[in-house]
Amino acid sequence: MRLLWLAIALAVLAGLVVASVAIGSRDVDWAGIVAAFGGAEDGLDSAAVLTRVPRTVLAMAVGAALGLSGAVMQGVTRNPIADPGILGINQGASLAIVVGIATFGLTTVSQYVWIAIGGAAVSAVLVYTIGSLGRGGATPLKLALAGAATTAVFGSLITAVTLPRGDIYDLVRSWEIGGVGGARWDVLAQVGAFLVVGTLLSLGSARALNSLALGDDVAAGLGERVAVARASAALGAVLLCGAATAAAGPIAFVGLVVPHVVRLLVGVDHRWLLPFSAVVGAALLTASDVLGRVIARPAELDVGILTAIVGAPVFIWIVRRRKVRDL
Amino acid sequence: MSADSLIRSSAVDAVARGRRRRANRRRTIVVVLLALIAAAFAVSLVVGRTVYPLDQVLAVVLGQDVPGASFTVGRLRLPRATLAIVAGAAFGMSGAAFQTMLRNPLASPDIIGITWGSGAAASFAIVTLGLGGASVSTIAVVAGLAVALVIYLLSRTGGLVGLRLVLIGIGVAAMLRAATLYVLSKAPQWEEQEAMRWLAGSLNGASWSSAAPAILALVVLGPLLLVLARDLDVLRLGDDTASGLGVRVERTRLLVLVVAVGLLAFATAATGPIAFVAFLAGPIAARMVGTDRPLIVPAALIGALLVVVADFVGQYLLGTRFPVGVVTGVLGAPYLLFLIIRSNRSGGSL
Repeated sequence: MRLLWLAIALAVLAGLVVASVAIGSRDVDWAGIVAAFGGAEDGLDSAAVLTRVPRTVLAMAVGAALGLSGAVMQGVTRNPIADPGILGINQGASLAIVVGIATFGLTTVSQYVWIAIGGAAVSAVLVYTIGSLGRGGATPLKLALAGAATTAVFGSLITAVTLPRGDIYDLVRSWEIGGVGGARWDVLAQVGAFLVVGTLLSLGSARALNSLALGDDVAAGLGERVAVARASAALGAVLLCGAATAAAGPIAFVGLVVPHVVRLLVGVDHRWLLPFSAVVGAALLTASDVLGRVIARPAELDVGILTAIVGAPVFIWIVRRRKVRDL
Repeated sequence: MSADSLIRSSAVDAVARGRRRRANRRRTIVVVLLALIAAAFAVSLVVGRTVYPLDQVLAVVLGQDVPGASFTVGRLRLPRATLAIVAGAAFGMSGAAFQTMLRNPLASPDIIGITWGSGAAASFAIVTLGLGGASVSTIAVVAGLAVALVIYLLSRTGGLVGLRLVLIGIGVAAMLRAATLYVLSKAPQWEEQEAMRWLAGSLNGASWSSAAPAILALVVLGPLLLVLARDLDVLRLGDDTASGLGVRVERTRLLVLVVAVGLLAFATAATGPIAFVAFLAGPIAARMVGTDRPLIVPAALIGALLVVVADFVGQYLLGTRFPVGVVTGVLGAPYLLFLIIRSNRSGGSL
């Protein structure tokens, strides 16, 4: 059954990849795509295809990273609404990048991917600390509030840093709105290493997350080194969402929605949940990107805006479904 | 007089003394806040790139024609400072009303997405439809009410409304924020920076015509909210107790909702969503006057003071001119986090 779902998910992803290469302000048919890959250098079709291929790959990579990191965060915090967007972690990476652009004159992704990961890590620790103070530890409500507050605070700081600097305004703005539109191969190469390490750390912590789901005491009884397991899984999640944010700007709700959908399909075993979340995340972001190109033709709707508009209702659905005492 | 009744009457006296003392304290705080607002208002009229002497400023305010000062003070600073006070008071009142009604300091309209509803609608009206003035305010009010209604209906599945409502509101806010960003991204390039200022909450471009709807709303809806505030205060005892005391719970709640959203939406249409003012005014007021008293008036005063002072700071004290919302956002941040930490510890009370 799980293998069947995996086959279906991969087939959908493959279909979306083809659609993503073919569809845009200029539609390309199958023959055109084949010709472009065959090395045909002439014509607008080939040009369109050749710019869309890196874009599609970036969308898949970012979507997989966000889906995976959301699944890991939900496992580490044992909290159904953990998401790099809702917890303010993407915004922390954004603030770090904006400060980097404004004060150190950074311009390329390879320069600010480090700073983005640092910002993501700091804000993850900050939000989790604030959210877990007081009675009952880190409940979803307290985490969501701490995340929303941190997001608002960082948003104000980003505006404060950017507004007086007319020279960097456009750079920050184009990056901040998010999206995979400007993708080039070199951007991908610059964040690739971080994504790979993050993915390995995350996938490697699947068994530990299964134990942690039973509670810290039981996990320790099962021979799990709780603190180490938590730290390495969290590091993987932070690497993934920091690198994704550096490459495509802050994109919310993918990390929230994907694991919930996947759990409905394959259950709660992290060994299935994590790789599945990566595949479905890649599919979701590619689909959002294609949809954004279709509904706003000939312009494009940024993928970050689309995922928020699609993802927020899912968030509300999750909140409504759960009993109040669990919040 | 028996010893028993002596003890009782001295206890009654002690309670009465305590009440009088708190009422006096409250009165003193209101007077002090009013004085501070007046001082801040005067300073923001007098001081700026050019400093005008107080008698010239006074002459302009009284309607006389003073060369130079008439334009700078009369056309620029006076409407700006007035709008700051009006919008701040409206944000503060409406935030405190929401927080009292939902018995949760975090249920302020800017956190649960109502401000973003008004903001999204207003930006759509301005950027996409090219409207201005009263029709923008109307659209903002209608959208704010609609969003409030949607959040209320979504979170009304029995049991504790407050917690679920806050979480649902956070989701709605995220969605509306994305919608606003989308609308603003369609704005022509040269309007974009202006749009970003508006998104942060700004008093730039304040004029009498843009301030008029907000002023009118405060004059009409403000006293109405004060009248409703007495019933609202009874609601804090719990729905059952309140209806036992003769308050019609659902009707009061609906009326407060409409009036508070109205205040908020008119102010948002004029200035954009000024960060955290609605959220902060109520808790600050509660710390100053105690929670056993209606918070609407002190919250309004604190909101007004916050916005006037923050706008002055943003304009003149930071080197570059920042929109007021950035200042309230950055200054309010530590207090916001402190409040969340504290309410986590105390289990969520104001």
